[in-house]
Amino acid sequence: MLRIEGLQSGYGRIQALHGVDISVAEGEIVALVGANGAGKTTLLMTICGNPRASAGRVVLAGEDITGLATHHIMRRGLAHSPEGRRIFPRMSVLENLQMGAAMADPAHFAQDLERVLGLFPRLAERLHQRGGTLSGGEQQMLAIGRALMSRPKILLLDEPSLGLAPLVVRQIFEIVAEINREQGVTVFLVEQNAFHALKLAHRGYVMVNGKVTMSGTGAELLANEEIRAHYLGGGHG
Amino acid sequence: MGGKARALAVDAALGGLVAAAMALPMLGVRLEDGATGLSLGGRFDWVLWAAGIVAGGRLLIGALRLTLAGRGPSLPAPPRALITYVGWAMVAFALILPFLPFAGRNMVDKATLVLIYVMLGWGLNIVVGLAGLLDLGFVAFYAVGAYSYALLSQTFGLSFWLCLPLAGMLAAGFGLVLGFPVLRLRGDYIAIVTMGLGEIIRVVLQNWQDVTGGPNGISGIERPSFFGLSFKMVPPEGSRGFAEFFGLDYSADHRVIFLYFLILALALLTNLFTLRIRRLPVGRAWEALREDEIACRSLGINPTTVKLSAFATGAMFAGFAGSFFATRQGFISPESFTFHESAVILAIVVLGGMGSQIGIVLAALLLVGLPEWFRELQQFRMLAFGGAMVLIMLWKPSGLLSTREPAIRLKDAP
Ligand SMILES: Nc1ncnc2c1ncn2[C@@H]1O[C@H](COP(=O)(O)OP(=O)(O)OP(=O)(O)O)[C@@H](O)[C@H]1O
Ligand SMILES: [Mg+2]
Repeated sequence: MLRIEGLQSGYGRIQALHGVDISVAEGEIVALVGANGAGKTTLLMTICGNPRASAGRVVLAGEDITGLATHHIMRRGLAHSPEGRRIFPRMSVLENLQMGAAMADPAHFAQDLERVLGLFPRLAERLHQRGGTLSGGEQQMLAIGRALMSRPKILLLDEPSLGLAPLVVRQIFEIVAEINREQGVTVFLVEQNAFHALKLAHRGYVMVNGKVTMSGTGAELLANEEIRAHYLGGGHG
Repeated sequence: MGGKARALAVDAALGGLVAAAMALPMLGVRLEDGATGLSLGGRFDWVLWAAGIVAGGRLLIGALRLTLAGRGPSLPAPPRALITYVGWAMVAFALILPFLPFAGRNMVDKATLVLIYVMLGWGLNIVVGLAGLLDLGFVAFYAVGAYSYALLSQTFGLSFWLCLPLAGMLAAGFGLVLGFPVLRLRGDYIAIVTMGLGEIIRVVLQNWQDVTGGPNGISGIERPSFFGLSFKMVPPEGSRGFAEFFGLDYSADHRVIFLYFLILALALLTNLFTLRIRRLPVGRAWEALREDEIACRSLGINPTTVKLSAFATGAMFAGFAGSFFATRQGFISPESFTFHESAVILAIVVLGGMGSQIGIVLAALLLVGLPEWFRELQQFRMLAFGGAMVLIMLWKPSGLLSTREPAIRLKDAP
């Protein structure tokens, strides 16, 4: 579904990714974990074409999308819920969701809206509330819901657990699992919260300083001593 | 509280010092024509006055702020229904205004002027209020509209009604061509470059003698007719007069009233367009782009085309307003399209509360209507203008009416 080969990228002269290889198969949930500044966000942004990759390839469903402009990439069945959510604060929940469907066929808007509100009943109760007045958890739901409005085949999630209480994190990860299981959406998830992410994911990668240092199934990585020490704070639960 | 009072006093003292430093060269020294020739004299009492006024003013503002602090910076959002009623009441009032007993020709004329600025404000609001593009050269498109009408009507003898859409299209075309390089820039740069573009257009108009008549402008521009009925005392051959057709006595007021209704219709068209388009995907994309460009990109939106569409749409309405201006005045010259105009229109939009349609009407009344009224006090107009702006920004930093209604409720979602 998504294949990343030897990807390098950065900001101006600062290189943030030093040759990353990752693949995500159709129907999978793949998690990428790593510390602050490892380059996780940069990887997702580079997949979306901003910044452009300086070397390597991104292949989406068999098509090389490496050099394309962001708005062309995002029309190819890929959706991105960016770091920090980036919902439109002065627009209502409904308008935010409509923006998510901006590039989709208006004919199935009603159906998609129903599907997303079914996943996030909290949003259904708050359709006319301004995005900016939602709680952090609701904003994250809105960001994911907005991304789903374009009927993506693959969903890129950047730190959905950021700043949320453990209970809400669990709730959101359950919904992500449901999206994957029932609607067949492939998920590529980037997280610092390694425990939850690896428990959810089928497979995982570990990123350190712009390079992938380890990979395996979620369970394998969770059991790994080094990961327990570095990312799980001694295996809390 | 004690700490706050001290901070206030320090702030006032600092303000006074800065004022003194600035006033010293500007007010404090002057050339005196003495017996031995020119000599440098002091006027230090003036400097003290300036410093005192500024320090006192800052103290006053600070104290006001402290007492008003509990009340919040902006009015609570008026309910949606109220805004709609007020809007309709204003439209109704505008419709009967010319027939009210106290509304003489002079008043209708002034109301027409205010309406031009309301329309320009609504047009610029699409660019600044909705799409968030700070355009400081809006007057360029107003000029393009005015000159398009003047030239098309004089060169090809086309009627106002034919020229109006053409002028709008030409202005929109200019918007596209000029916007293309500009809109790739970010925020503040857009402001600077659009300001430059506005001046360039004016300079071209001023120097392209053969076509635009240069500084002398274009005069004798065709006045509009009422579906072919002329408002002239003696209608041109082959056409009939408005008064004659309707069996009225001829009066010069007819044209004034007609022009008033014409700009009212054009302005309402602009408003209707804005209200409609905010519910459509394009309008929504404009607003979303103002909120968060990166999020828009990740939703597959091409920011450049979306910005261009807003820029060109605003330009089109400026073009309409421009051709109205030309037909009303019968004479245009580059002098009518200086940066000052752009600044006033922008002030109307910002003061109105960025995106609030009724706020813009109030701001236009305040910034254009009031000064017109107090024309006798010519010299103090700019001072009052500046003072009003400062006061309002202190009182309501986010504009007179800064509320944004969701454009869509579920019942009318597509
Ligand atoms: N816009 C930018 N300009 C310059 N450097 C940047 C920019 N964004 C990120 N970087 C740098 O790139 C590196 C990788 O950052 P990135 O945001 O991808 O990390 P991350 O893994 O997402 O971290 P976190 O978990 O804290 O979000 C960091 O060294 C960061 O300073
Ligand atoms: Mg990050």
